[in-house]
Amino acid sequence: MSVEAATLSNEEAARRRIGASAALAALVVLLMLISLGIGPVRLSPLAVAEALLGGGSEVSQVIVREIRLPRTLLALAIGAILGLSGASLQGLLRNPLASPSLFGAPQSAAFGAVLVIALGLADVRSYALPVAAIVAAFASVFALLSIAGRNAGLLILILSGLAISSFAGAATALVMNLSSNPFVVLEIAFWLLGSLEDRSFQHVVLAFPFIIAGALMLLSQRHAFRALSLGEETAQSLGVDVGRLRLFVISGVALGVGGAVAVTGTIGFIGLVAPHLMRPLIGHDPGRLLVPSALAGSALLLAADIAVRIIPSTSDIKVGVLTSIIGVPFFLYLIMRERRALGGGVA
Amino acid sequence: MSEAALLTATGLGVRLAGRVVLRDVSLALSAGHLVALVGPNGAGKTTLLRALAGLIPSEGEIEIGGDSLASLPLHERAKRFGYLPQGHVVHWPLPARDIVALGRYPHGATDPARLSPRDAEAVLRAMQAVDVMEFSHRRVTELSGGERSRVALARALAVEAPVILADEPTASLDPRHQIDVMQSLRATADTGVLVIVVTHDLGLAARFADHMLVLREGRLVSQGAPAVALSEQVMADVFRISAYRAEYQCEAVIVPWADI
Repeated sequence: MSVEAATLSNEEAARRRIGASAALAALVVLLMLISLGIGPVRLSPLAVAEALLGGGSEVSQVIVREIRLPRTLLALAIGAILGLSGASLQGLLRNPLASPSLFGAPQSAAFGAVLVIALGLADVRSYALPVAAIVAAFASVFALLSIAGRNAGLLILILSGLAISSFAGAATALVMNLSSNPFVVLEIAFWLLGSLEDRSFQHVVLAFPFIIAGALMLLSQRHAFRALSLGEETAQSLGVDVGRLRLFVISGVALGVGGAVAVTGTIGFIGLVAPHLMRPLIGHDPGRLLVPSALAGSALLLAADIAVRIIPSTSDIKVGVLTSIIGVPFFLYLIMRERRALGGGVA
Repeated sequence: MSEAALLTATGLGVRLAGRVVLRDVSLALSAGHLVALVGPNGAGKTTLLRALAGLIPSEGEIEIGGDSLASLPLHERAKRFGYLPQGHVVHWPLPARDIVALGRYPHGATDPARLSPRDAEAVLRAMQAVDVMEFSHRRVTELSGGERSRVALARALAVEAPVILADEPTASLDPRHQIDVMQSLRATADTGVLVIVVTHDLGLAARFADHMLVLREGRLVSQGAPAVALSEQVMADVFRISAYRAEYQCEAVIVPWADI
């Protein structure tokens, strides 16, 4: 291949990536408008836009700006941080099956939050909740990577993740078990299912600083993920501080997932699915996958949150239940696809 | 070696998990030389390479171009060494060119899609040196073992560092590709780079290297020109074999031959 042809083909690939990202961003905006319009009172995207800009009737303004906007913003940010966390963990571990929920991070964050609620240390709108969730998420990811060690194979990672998420689940169950107040238990049980319903701007203020800080930490490492494609040793020889990279990823995932779980409960599998949907469009470069995975995560969670409002059912379906119901079969499909590598024990 | 040494180690020692893997290794290597590092399995060849690149902690003193390695920050070290590990691992199916472009990472070119003209030229030079331009846009996972090893070598060359450290770059290659890789390294050394190659192939080492380091149980037991470093005594003591020796086209030929 000539030099000119090589350059041309490079530009073509770059154009395709930019096109895919732009289309994805447009999809996210569209889903946000739909999300703002869906509910007991249905509003057209046009009416939504009008209400957002301060026009339309007072009722539609209240519905859009005070009731549905916080929910939509949370879906946008939480979907994004989950997609970004998944892509970052996959980049760090150089493994397409890595994700926060498989490693027990949201489950551990939920335990931290549940403990705070059950002990009556905080009501559900204080900063103690996200802080507890973040500390627990950090501990779980840190424990996982310490147990698995450097260059861990997939088997070790998945087994450690299984153990940690089971432990977090058991600890959460213990807290509920020991709680003397049945109302608290019921509240926790529903909260654990994961939902964006009835969230206010207070929740947005509660979660956003942590989510943004986590996202910035993860994005700052995008080039290091690329160098890490060659293995930790080579990345280090190229000047990547691998120890610092690990710490940034653990902290970023903990901040993002902890902040998210604190306001919505556990919403799983978006981190696993989003990067996979992007690879055919963007390619496998782990640095370039981060932003598109965040956009895909937003689109997935917005779509799921729209779906739970449309699907007719006698009681509300929680969005966390829906993402898991769709996410787990997807995970099984990935296992089936990667079966050969997994069976050989080389992954 | 009469010229001022580019890379020196004095009293180098390494412990891994409490075990002494390298002890009291001292060497002085010059620019423009191809150095073969040989020794039986477990002698500490890879450990020595890693220690020289500063990838693992070690005792003793290492100097590169007159600077103490310990005093150089990570990104500064990265510009001094092109490190090629065993196995040519690439974890994602990335295009060959993007892999080679990672060689410019130490120079601040962290995104293969946005290389400065200077970095793009370095990538091009490296790819042309090992003849991988034709599969520039193929994914490395789709390449044959020989092609992949050349891409990995191009990545290490693209650093354009004064020292190249290559750990068994010819392992699992057919004879033609082994010679190709050694010739590329020889040509690189001839441009004034110090190239250190770990290999088990004593024949290739004797043919292409100017200088040889022989390791045994973590100690440097012999060094010098190939025919000298691999004396009959060393072959017997270190490798427990004898060798057929000859000269062909003015190059030393050493063929391991076990009859001890």
